[in-house]
Amino acid sequence: MSTANRSGFARRLIALVRKEVKQLLRDRSNLMVGIALPGVLILIFGYGLSFDVKHAPVAVVLEDPSPMANDVMAGMRLSPYLDPKPVHDMHAAEALMADREVNAILRIPSDFSRRLHLGDAHLQLILHGADANTARTVQGYVESSLQAWAAEQEQRAGDTATPIGMVHLEQRLWFNEANTSTWFLVPGLLVLITTLVGAFLTALVMAREWERGTLEALFVTPVRPLEILLAKIIPYFVVGLIGLAMCLLAARFLFEVPLRGSLLLIVLLSVFYMFVALGIGLLISAVTKNQFNASQIALIASFLPALMLSGFIYDLRNMPWPVQVVGHALPATYYLEALKSLFLAGNLWSMVLRNCAILFGYAVVLLAAARLKTRKRIG
Amino acid sequence: MNSLVAFLRRVLNLCRKELKVILKDPAGRMVLFAPVLVQSLIFGYAATLDLRQAPYALLDQDHGEAATALVARIESSGAFQRAATLRNESDIPPIVNAGDVLFVVHIPPRFESRLSNGEDTPVQLVLDARNSVSAGTAAGYLGTIVSRFNADWRKEHGGGEVPLTVDVRSWYNPNLETRWFMMTAMIANLSMLQTLMLTALSVAREREQGTFDQLLVTPCTPTEIMIGKSVPSIIVGLAQASLVVLITSLWFRIPPAGSLVTLYTALLVFTLAAVGIGLAISALAVSMQQAMLYTFVLMMPLVLLSGMTTPIANMPVVMQWFTMIDPARYGIHMVHRVYLEGVGLHAVLADILPLLAIAAVTLPTAAWLFRHRLT
Repeated sequence: MSTANRSGFARRLIALVRKEVKQLLRDRSNLMVGIALPGVLILIFGYGLSFDVKHAPVAVVLEDPSPMANDVMAGMRLSPYLDPKPVHDMHAAEALMADREVNAILRIPSDFSRRLHLGDAHLQLILHGADANTARTVQGYVESSLQAWAAEQEQRAGDTATPIGMVHLEQRLWFNEANTSTWFLVPGLLVLITTLVGAFLTALVMAREWERGTLEALFVTPVRPLEILLAKIIPYFVVGLIGLAMCLLAARFLFEVPLRGSLLLIVLLSVFYMFVALGIGLLISAVTKNQFNASQIALIASFLPALMLSGFIYDLRNMPWPVQVVGHALPATYYLEALKSLFLAGNLWSMVLRNCAILFGYAVVLLAAARLKTRKRIG
Repeated sequence: MNSLVAFLRRVLNLCRKELKVILKDPAGRMVLFAPVLVQSLIFGYAATLDLRQAPYALLDQDHGEAATALVARIESSGAFQRAATLRNESDIPPIVNAGDVLFVVHIPPRFESRLSNGEDTPVQLVLDARNSVSAGTAAGYLGTIVSRFNADWRKEHGGGEVPLTVDVRSWYNPNLETRWFMMTAMIANLSMLQTLMLTALSVAREREQGTFDQLLVTPCTPTEIMIGKSVPSIIVGLAQASLVVLITSLWFRIPPAGSLVTLYTALLVFTLAAVGIGLAISALAVSMQQAMLYTFVLMMPLVLLSGMTTPIANMPVVMQWFTMIDPARYGIHMVHRVYLEGVGLHAVLADILPLLAIAAVTLPTAAWLFRHRLT
């Protein structure tokens, strides 16, 4: 009897999975979200998005025509991060700034070289503050280039009888020696794409079945709710795996992000997180039973938080504490934390295992909740 | 004249019907405004690249007055908060690996004596660059702190003033807060998102429910149907933009520098471009699900490459070309200029013209697709 039961289960499941796969392949829009969008996202995050400011245009107002002032500008030219553009008066510089042709204005006042000899020269730096992060970065580059210039001047003068000590920072970047934001963005892509396929796509597809009553048609057959759920999970799980493989290959071969931890652990973590995402998607669809509402809630409750609150782009540590609490309640946060370390730092066992356990817990709870909400009931 | 009146009446009736469909049930109304509220708050509070009480660890092996003074400067800035005090260099790797601190400041032994001897004295800074943006920002802040420390040290030890001082000012965003940038970008972003989604869904919904054929047998022409579908979406999109404007100005207290008339004129042109894209999607999609998925697939690159997430100037040239056809790029730039910089309409013409061009391409394409798909 029990073997007959089991074979019945397997047969029904295979038939259902076949139906789901056909349904998935039939609609091009599903494949666009499942396969094409991850590809586009990989290209955008790998090549398009970058926080690294290079050749930032800065208008330099030379009110002082002395060679000294020109020398300041020449010093800025040495920096690969700055692109000084000489202008003759503030008026011209302000026009450039208004059109955002330049990120900042450096004003060298007419008494600059005279006061420099007196040891008290002032330069004015005006930043285009709209993009605060870029403004701050440009400020840092301009200030350090000016300091380097001033230090050189002093050395050239070489007149200080009693040398005065200076502190300088010896900066070492751990885990991202190349200092490129690509290394930090690409691991996060795994989170984004898994959430996209697992939660967003699954919620939408399943909600459509609830809305159109096609699930009710399934309810009158001998299949069980568990089998319906499994049959939904399996094809989307495979689509998720394809996205995962694409990300890993792109990370390794296109963007050359180092892989310092174990690949096996990354795959294991990703599988756990995929179950979490699928659980969220199935739960949302079973609760809303409406396509539009399901898509909105999936965006608000899964995709957007995974993008904004997991530490993917914006550091959780800079957020107000209530937002941090929300961030730490999200499974995506734990997946991402472990991923970043596995890619860039190595196998930090205690953290990776802890996060694996957390994700496993979330997966069990969410899938159980989805199972409870999927009843053979018509309502 | 009569035909114009009849035309307007038919369009008006269609608009009224469409608005009723959008707003008919409480759940639908919730879904229109709750997400805007949630997204505004998430972006306002979470989307920040500014350091606030970021945790750091200190390894002070000197304990002299100069070292203490330097540490006091770091901690009084408000950007950093000491999370741990280390004893040996071997304590550094574990705490950085665990991700408990963003960086470690290591003041070596003989710091003060070397400094007093007039030597160039190193302080080591170990940064966790798994988040390279936070690490870069922290390094920048610390660089400024150290150079101020140097200037004061010099003054106190008979070196006179530092020969070169840079006075920094910031226009349009005096405290350089990311939030000012983000929230104003969201005004454009959310109005586009919603206009696009609603327009794309409006026709798809009728197709799925089979009411589109009924609409076709009414005296309304396809053009009238298109107008009747787009005007309500624009109204809802602008209403949502207004909600974000209110949150930005009243809750986050970011003062609008420009005029609201200019802002809304700009937004109207912007939503028109979004409507063209939405209608084209809705002509192509056969079901609501397809309409939603196509919208989503299109939205992602449009928003990500709009300059909101990272500046367009940092992108490779090919990607920068692509942003030329991205309405979000112009929309966000326009709102920034009007809201933060306070410019007039003539100054945002450079953004309005491309948007009009996008509308001039997408709207006729959508109309063509409609006729094409109907037959």
